[in-house]
Amino acid sequence: MSVPLEHDYIGLSDASSLGRSSESSNISSDNETNNVFNLKATELSLGLPGFSKDSEQNATKFGPVIKNFMLGAKRGFSDVNLEGSGKWVLKGGSESDLGKAKNGVFEKNQILSHVVKPVKEKKKGPVNENGSAPPSAKAQVVGWPPIRSFRKNTMAANSSKNGEVAEGNFGSGGCLYVKVSMDGAPYLRKIDLKIYHNYAEFSKALEKMFSCFTLGQCTSSGIKGREGLSESNLKDLHGADCVLTYEDKDGDWMLVGDVPWEMFIDSCKRLRITKGSEAIGLAPRSMEKCKNRN
Amino acid sequence: MACSFPEEVLEHVFSFLTSQKDRNAVSVVCKSWYEMERWCRKRIFVGNCYSVNPRIMIRRFPEVKSVELKGKPHFADFNLVPEGWGGFVYPWIVEIARGYPWLEEIRLKRMVVTDECLEMISKSFKNFKVLVLSSCEGFSTDGLAAIVANCRNLRVLDLRECEVEELSGHWLSHFPDSFTSLESLNMACLLSEVSFSALERLVARSPNLKTLRLNRTVPLEKLSTLLQRAPQLVDFGTGAYSAEIRPDVYSSLADAFSGCKNLKSLSGFWDVTPAYLPAICSVCSLLTSLNLSYATTQSPDLTKIVGQCYNLQRLVVLDYIEDTGLNTISISCKDLRELVVFPSDPFVADADVLLTEQGLVSVSQGCPKLQSVLYFCRQMSNSALISISKNRPNLTCFRLCIIEPRAPDYVTLEPLDVGFGSVVENCKQLTRLSMSGLLTDRVFEYIGTHAKNLDMLSIAFAGDSDLGLHHVLSGCDSLRKLEIRDCPFGDKALLANASKLERMRSLWMSSCFVSFGACKLLGQKMPGLNVEVIDERENISSIPECTPVEKVYIYRTVSGQRFDIPDYVRIMGKDKDGVYDLS
Repeated sequence: MSVPLEHDYIGLSDASSLGRSSESSNISSDNETNNVFNLKATELSLGLPGFSKDSEQNATKFGPVIKNFMLGAKRGFSDVNLEGSGKWVLKGGSESDLGKAKNGVFEKNQILSHVVKPVKEKKKGPVNENGSAPPSAKAQVVGWPPIRSFRKNTMAANSSKNGEVAEGNFGSGGCLYVKVSMDGAPYLRKIDLKIYHNYAEFSKALEKMFSCFTLGQCTSSGIKGREGLSESNLKDLHGADCVLTYEDKDGDWMLVGDVPWEMFIDSCKRLRITKGSEAIGLAPRSMEKCKNRN
Repeated sequence: MACSFPEEVLEHVFSFLTSQKDRNAVSVVCKSWYEMERWCRKRIFVGNCYSVNPRIMIRRFPEVKSVELKGKPHFADFNLVPEGWGGFVYPWIVEIARGYPWLEEIRLKRMVVTDECLEMISKSFKNFKVLVLSSCEGFSTDGLAAIVANCRNLRVLDLRECEVEELSGHWLSHFPDSFTSLESLNMACLLSEVSFSALERLVARSPNLKTLRLNRTVPLEKLSTLLQRAPQLVDFGTGAYSAEIRPDVYSSLADAFSGCKNLKSLSGFWDVTPAYLPAICSVCSLLTSLNLSYATTQSPDLTKIVGQCYNLQRLVVLDYIEDTGLNTISISCKDLRELVVFPSDPFVADADVLLTEQGLVSVSQGCPKLQSVLYFCRQMSNSALISISKNRPNLTCFRLCIIEPRAPDYVTLEPLDVGFGSVVENCKQLTRLSMSGLLTDRVFEYIGTHAKNLDMLSIAFAGDSDLGLHHVLSGCDSLRKLEIRDCPFGDKALLANASKLERMRSLWMSSCFVSFGACKLLGQKMPGLNVEVIDERENISSIPECTPVEKVYIYRTVSGQRFDIPDYVRIMGKDKDGVYDLS
């Protein structure tokens, strides 16, 4: 079996693929007019998209998704690092983290990172699965392996009960879907907390998810880092109209942002976006609880 | 030709036809048979709730006693279908409440069921007996309380892996004291604690109770009490199977199990304390079904138990069973029909457990009746697959998940085309297939050529080009459900096989190369299909038509487009009036 080139696992090159023989050797073609996906654009860890010569094509083919990353998020909390470090932008991110967002473009990256690894490693001969990349570095693909949430959640609860915090169990290796409801929205959403590393990424994703429902502005500029937020930052997070709250393991409703990120994802059972006025009563209590914890 | 056969005789003959397939066949023989059949059909199964609307169903079949509906596509189980997509059962319940006041059974899978629905069910059907909710969500324990309090003739309450909002465990206490008709209760998916005394009293006054599946909160120490109250149980699910090791607890549990002479199925076993496993030994030889898939016990302890289940037909277990355990099973469990092995650590590259393709090969060698396999592992080879297929040509369901996407034959590093090809070639009765590992278009050529009885096919991270999809759509004559993710399949194969889609229940494609334009075209040209584009990106309307959609779900329907879609779903190619109005 020939080793596929890095960005050609798909082997999709031109429109006449139906008539071609289906060899597994995959030669990429630069036939951009027929390539629906400009695979170059999805290569990992190169310069920012849009800063290569294909920038225009990227912009049109991938539309606003890429645009946002080229120009930075529109709404004022931007993690986009436009200084040419050459890396994608997610705070604290490394190559393996690239795969974690759920949108279409990123999924392709995930797949590529997935494909690249096993082929390269197994090139050397019969696979010995010990000694491959350490478990925690593995990028996660949504919905793979195909295991139902009920089983995933049960096994996660299993391992946390047994006090295992070892990497590779369902709890740490898996995903952590929590429900997010927004007052007035016709349906709720689910969000995987494990794919974010800090409040900034998280709130950005939330905002995107609920943008169609937002009546007012939910801004949260100036959030930094993974630690708990100071009071002034808390105010920023929750902005004018919306307040983000979560139900913790004890069943109490807390303001998001009180506690360090790791602690938050550990204890968050579900999320709720409420109108500001309703959540006013929460703030003092959650700060209290936070103080008690610390 | 007037039908000279007396109606009553025909009706009597039809009453022996239970399968929907048979009934459908009978109904198209002639008009009078159609008429007669529709009046005596008692059970309806709707595989896709959007393929037909309830009014059509009620108008055609006025005397139905049992309705079964399925909602979301299968890949919703793996979080590929965003929340709010659909599958709302409420409109069905409203119509059914009006049209079938004597309805007895409702079975729902992957649907959104609200408390309001449950209340309506509990109040609308005087003779309601059976409620089975499988992978459903949207309701709380309050809805359960309504069912339990109001359905005087309830026999079955079966909650399979549902997502329930747990307000309290009090719902169980709403069974009236006069209620004695319970035959089956499955509350395994609930997390909150119920009153044990209420549970005990319920069990004690239910002489017909055959199935009881508890949830985790029922402690091991209390199991013997329940088993003593219900020694007639056929299907039992324990709660958390752990406790301090105490001889008195152990012996009363073992005694209680040995009193259950009719026990055929065991499940539950969360948080197992291995020392308590042998308490079930007395019933091992009775068991036909054993589910230890939540038991994180190591191989020797598992094997000791499973090895005694000589009459086992169905085994669900974690990969802790390892190859050695499966080898024992291949020797001891000669009646095995179905094997399911789940991974204990699916998100880790390295396997700490010694479960390989060998385990499956041994079982395929030793168990002559093996028909159904769901197997998660980390390595596979073509030669293993060929052996399996030659050992077991009677396989009907083969689902293999090699955890690493696109993993090749670990010995030769070749794609697994030949191995899966051998499966479809040798296993001529194969109706369900899920594939994984490195696969090229070749495997689809094999499938299209040989898999003539294939009903459902699941594909992920496979193939090279549209040719692959084309082989499947053009070759698999019996294919009804096709679900594909992350494959390089696009417009050509889809459009070339558009008419095939009307002979299938549904097609799911996500992270493939199907463009907006193609979806629109398909939706326009095929009025009998709903082409749903599921895409959560912003500014969808400004994305060019050649861009691939994130997800597309295509299904045949006679009820036109649906109007309960969220903002990220578009039904392509239909104008606002694309509804078949049959009122």
